[in-house]
Amino acid sequence: MKDFLQILLVGIGDGAVYAMLGLGLVVIYRSTGLLNFAQGEMAMFSTFIVWTMWSLGLPMWLAILGGMAGGFCVGALVHQVAVRPVGDPHEKPLAVVIVTIGLFLGVNGAAQLIWGTLDRSMPPLFGRGQVTVFGVAVAWQKIGAVIVLGVMVLLFYLLFQHTKLGLAMRAVASNSESASLVGIPVPRLLMLGWGLAAAVGTVAGVFIAPNLGLGTNLMQLTLIFGFAAITLGGFDSLVGAVVGGFVVGALSSVMPRYITIFEKMPLAPAFILILAVLLFRPEGLFGKKQVTRV
Amino acid sequence: MSSAGDGVSSAGDGVSSAGHLLEVKTLGAGYGIVEVLFGVDLVVDQGEVVVVLGANGAGKTTTLRAISGMIAATGQVTFLGESVLGRRPDQLVKRGMAHVPQGRGTVTSLTVEENLRIGAFVRSDEQIESDIEQWFEAFPRLGERRDQLAGSMSGGEQQMLAIARALMSRPKLLLLDEPSLGLAPLVTHEVFDRLREISTSTGTAVLLVEQNANLALDFAARAYVLEAGRIVLSGNAADLQGDAAIQKAYLGV
Ligand SMILES: Nc1ncnc2c1ncn2[C@@H]1O[C@H](COP(=O)(O)OP(=O)(O)O)[C@@H](O)[C@H]1O
Ligand SMILES: [Mg+2]
Repeated sequence: MKDFLQILLVGIGDGAVYAMLGLGLVVIYRSTGLLNFAQGEMAMFSTFIVWTMWSLGLPMWLAILGGMAGGFCVGALVHQVAVRPVGDPHEKPLAVVIVTIGLFLGVNGAAQLIWGTLDRSMPPLFGRGQVTVFGVAVAWQKIGAVIVLGVMVLLFYLLFQHTKLGLAMRAVASNSESASLVGIPVPRLLMLGWGLAAAVGTVAGVFIAPNLGLGTNLMQLTLIFGFAAITLGGFDSLVGAVVGGFVVGALSSVMPRYITIFEKMPLAPAFILILAVLLFRPEGLFGKKQVTRV
Repeated sequence: MSSAGDGVSSAGDGVSSAGHLLEVKTLGAGYGIVEVLFGVDLVVDQGEVVVVLGANGAGKTTTLRAISGMIAATGQVTFLGESVLGRRPDQLVKRGMAHVPQGRGTVTSLTVEENLRIGAFVRSDEQIESDIEQWFEAFPRLGERRDQLAGSMSGGEQQMLAIARALMSRPKLLLLDEPSLGLAPLVTHEVFDRLREISTSTGTAVLLVEQNANLALDFAARAYVLEAGRIVLSGNAADLQGDAAIQKAYLGV
């Protein structure tokens, strides 16, 4: 039992990070109506920015803020030069999704050019210490991830539900033509959505990098967990991303322990979950049914 | 062929052209290589209710879309004395032109109240909340459903919501695209009754495009008839209503 609890908590800690990545995906979905396959690579890129600033001697928190700002600019730039020229995502969703897949490769290549292919190491934000809760050891880093996640969800909730800007972003995502007709400068808000999502991705990257090592493939597996999380939670739901992230983290941690074939296939639980949700509840646990654009 | 815009010479930059709120001259527009409008001329004065009548496919929707900047266009569009051709719709809303598109264009995944609130996006005054409450008083059915998703409302309710939302920007000119489309006759009548009340009480000018000529001519002071992308007739609504030839051709009498 204690063993199970231990594995579960590890999984939930991992899940917090999947949820952060999922949060970035939800933010883009809610502000632009798109699934962004380049989300992970944008996060990797801005995590490298954090690493660069940190290794130049800046304190970690400042480096993270810098990385988020850098990520914001990368996201906004990506939207301006690669996504916007393709056209309205509501008219040509497939074309824009394919662009995000191309971006995946482009951003990865750019990172390799700038930072090379060697893995870098980054210290855990909350140190390497542990606390023992009910006889189960939990790393501070994982507790920290859960807390940071909570703060991010709260901030985004306030933005989307309680500000004029957030309302405008939701209107743009749902119907950009109508949004434009009430006076919302649609291109500017789309750019903002991309920027915010990339900034969120930075935080996810900062939590993942100490575990996996910071390389250009940092996010490639993690993004799949992030997609599994929001598929379960619902593409447009912040809370869904969190719940989905925890469930995906827990499953991916617990299942290989008890079902031996999963040991060699760490992604299998996530894929099975994606398939099951798409089959039985395509809108996810917290998603709105009518939102069907991909 | 006559057009009410004739005889009014367009003035130079910065000078309002003979005081018209909206002046459209030789407006051309289309989709890709398909041309739809071939030089549309029309004017709307401050506080005036004007209708553009035309059969299905005549180019009514295209006319409104070209005026509000939703699609590229050629010719001249002067609003409040300023040339606005090539501006984006959101820039025109700021200047006081609101457009209720064909098919209403409510944001179906936002609540009724959020739809009204978003209508005030260009405003930053203190009266937004009281304006929202006023609309709920004027349309109790919207008020009762303020927290429901707009998509869950009936066609007539969504049309009223779309109009109320557009008016939340406190426009000087309301472009209205076939509000009767898809509505039962009774509901259509109600929508037009409410429109009449609103335009009288707020003094907002309305440029309406409609197929339903009888209702529209009752509502409007002046009318244009659009045929295959050209204005072929214009005049006072009452005159058009009484004209036998027009009755036969456009009113299906
Ligand atoms: N998006 C579009 N792409 C191509 N052709 C269009 C489009 N919208 C309208 N049209 C064509 O333009 C003409 C005028 O359409 P429209 O302005 O919608 O007419 P109305 O509103 O008077 O019914 C029609 O022949 C229609 O087929
Ligand atoms: Mg039409």
